[in-house]
Amino acid sequence: MTDTALASAPSADPARKGRMIVYVVALLIGLALAFAPFLFQDVRSNQVAARICVFIVLAASYDLLIGYTGIVSFAHTMFFGLGAYGAAIALKSMGPGWDAVLAGGVAGVVLAAILAVLIGVLSLRVKAIFFAMVTLAAASVMMVLASQFSDFTGGEDGIVYSAPALFKPAMKLMTDDAGKVVKLFGVSMNGKIAAYYFVFLTCLVLFLALMRIVRSPLGTVLEAIRENEMRAEAIGYRVVAYRTSVFVIAAVIAALAGTVWAVWLKYTGPDTTFSFAIMIDILLMVVIGGMGTMVGAVIGVVLMSLAQFYLKDLMEAAAQATANIPLLPDLLDPDRWLLWLGLLFILLVYFFPAGIAGTLMKKGGH
Amino acid sequence: MNAPSIETRNLTIRFGGHVAVNGVSCAFHPGELTVIVGPNGAGKTTYFSLMSGQLTPSEGTILKGGTEITRLSPSARAKTGIGRAFQLTNLFPKLSVLENVRLAVQARHGIGPRLFRPASAFTEIADKAYEHLKATRLDDVAHLPAAALPHGDQRKLEVALLLAMEPDVFMFDEPTAGMSVDEAPVILELIDEIRKDASKTVLLVEHKMDVVRALANRIIVLHNGELVADGPPDEVIAMPIVREIYLGIPADEGAAA
Ligand SMILES: Nc1ncnc2c1ncn2[C@@H]1O[C@H](COP(=O)(O)OP(=O)(O)OP(=O)(O)O)[C@@H](O)[C@H]1O
Ligand SMILES: [Mg+2]
Repeated sequence: MTDTALASAPSADPARKGRMIVYVVALLIGLALAFAPFLFQDVRSNQVAARICVFIVLAASYDLLIGYTGIVSFAHTMFFGLGAYGAAIALKSMGPGWDAVLAGGVAGVVLAAILAVLIGVLSLRVKAIFFAMVTLAAASVMMVLASQFSDFTGGEDGIVYSAPALFKPAMKLMTDDAGKVVKLFGVSMNGKIAAYYFVFLTCLVLFLALMRIVRSPLGTVLEAIRENEMRAEAIGYRVVAYRTSVFVIAAVIAALAGTVWAVWLKYTGPDTTFSFAIMIDILLMVVIGGMGTMVGAVIGVVLMSLAQFYLKDLMEAAAQATANIPLLPDLLDPDRWLLWLGLLFILLVYFFPAGIAGTLMKKGGH
Repeated sequence: MNAPSIETRNLTIRFGGHVAVNGVSCAFHPGELTVIVGPNGAGKTTYFSLMSGQLTPSEGTILKGGTEITRLSPSARAKTGIGRAFQLTNLFPKLSVLENVRLAVQARHGIGPRLFRPASAFTEIADKAYEHLKATRLDDVAHLPAAALPHGDQRKLEVALLLAMEPDVFMFDEPTAGMSVDEAPVILELIDEIRKDASKTVLLVEHKMDVVRALANRIIVLHNGELVADGPPDEVIAMPIVREIYLGIPADEGAAA
């Protein structure tokens, strides 16, 4: 904060204003997520809110790699999937208890950490492009393994299981005198609420941990490595050790997010965890939000998720509203939503070359 | 004389067929400022890179305080007290001037166990960084990104990073090249300060003869990667071979003059 106070040159003002806007938007998103079950009371909105929470952690941990340290990895969903499958397999085989979540989650996280150390030590010395290839290969092998060992993983169909009793819709968190579940602001205090706040709070803690890392002296070292690896080494930083550590930290956080995701969804399959489509989504979220900003992940995830979930609805409505006008309804046909999404990306990248948060905050003198 | 702080023995590096540094054996001592001269492409920068670890020699060994360091990584060599400022400015462009220097201070002093406190809470590190910024007259621009500085200030920041490493072997590679006449003296005075410290060893690549005369305790001459002269400034400058290859004056003419 003293930094902002000292940078009192007039030229710093637009950047400060931009930073204000970004933090206010991020805060509003945080508040919306904190009260999501009360603000948006339908099942689909709840699902979207939980997904946003998990993906904020996933994208933010990816930003730690690509945005802060300059490591390009395609294995982030692999680590996410390890955390998810760990919990899923344990919940399926041990039954729906916290012991299963813990055992499965820990197993997934440890496996993710070990793999990250191996990949890191073996290949973070080499050129960035080669490292990206290694992560791509590892992620592909993991997908093949997941579909081959279908006895464990359910193959392409994935695994369906139950969550701990606390999260069952029938669970009554609060009851009135008659033993009926209490409603607060029209929302039943049942297991669904508990499940949402489990997701929200774990993700909040993980996100704050990531913020803490990038604000710490370690965060500056990571940026230094991204900016000029050779000089970072020359002034005494063991670049490979730092890179490996940050790769492991990001992998562990992704795996934890995976465990939370598996507990929430009560289903784990390749499409919800390992898929390259998700990997591309995360990449786009970070790029749209602004690489190397952390809060950018929040904005990117929200924007992408809303587009993915609601653009079709919006277009449906728009097509109906314009039904009498020639051509427009055709263009606005919900089947063309990907076209519009693509257009939206192009416009965003054009107007916000450093991502939304990155461009607004004019990263540099911070 | 006291024991050498850094020494190279038969140091050689080949790039394909080209021998950039060829069998250079030389020892540098604490309290001594050695100027390295030689025409463009003589191998001066390459010799520095071999000592600071960015390049690995094809042959020969490097010793720091009597211990062999030939195969150590650059970061490990920095930890042994070897510091280097680069000829081509080599900074962290998007980070602020203060952050640039703070990184070097942090690498030298560590941040202790309180790893995840906000960077701004480490006031001792920031204070030390400010000292180096004041010494190089950069404290006014501390919060600008390094990339936004004019060339002269970037050269100063290059030197500030080296000071912040607090090494015992300082390597300066043409530190004042491209600086204006009022900027260069700041840096030269700083180098003169370090020279007066009997525990520090200074290696300086410099072309300007007035600077060389003012600062050097000793001059070595590199030519086509080979060490061709080594001695006190007056003697070396007077050598016909030096006048010929370095000043471009044919030996007979030099003798005549
Ligand atoms: N990485 C490299 N690969 C191939 N050749 C190189 C490499 N680095 C340096 N050289 C060559 O080695 C020779 C010595 O270069 P060096 O930069 O050390 O010279 P210098 O004495 O510092 O010159 P200057 O006064 O121009 O800075 C040059 O011919 C250069 O082209
Ligand atoms: Mg050179």
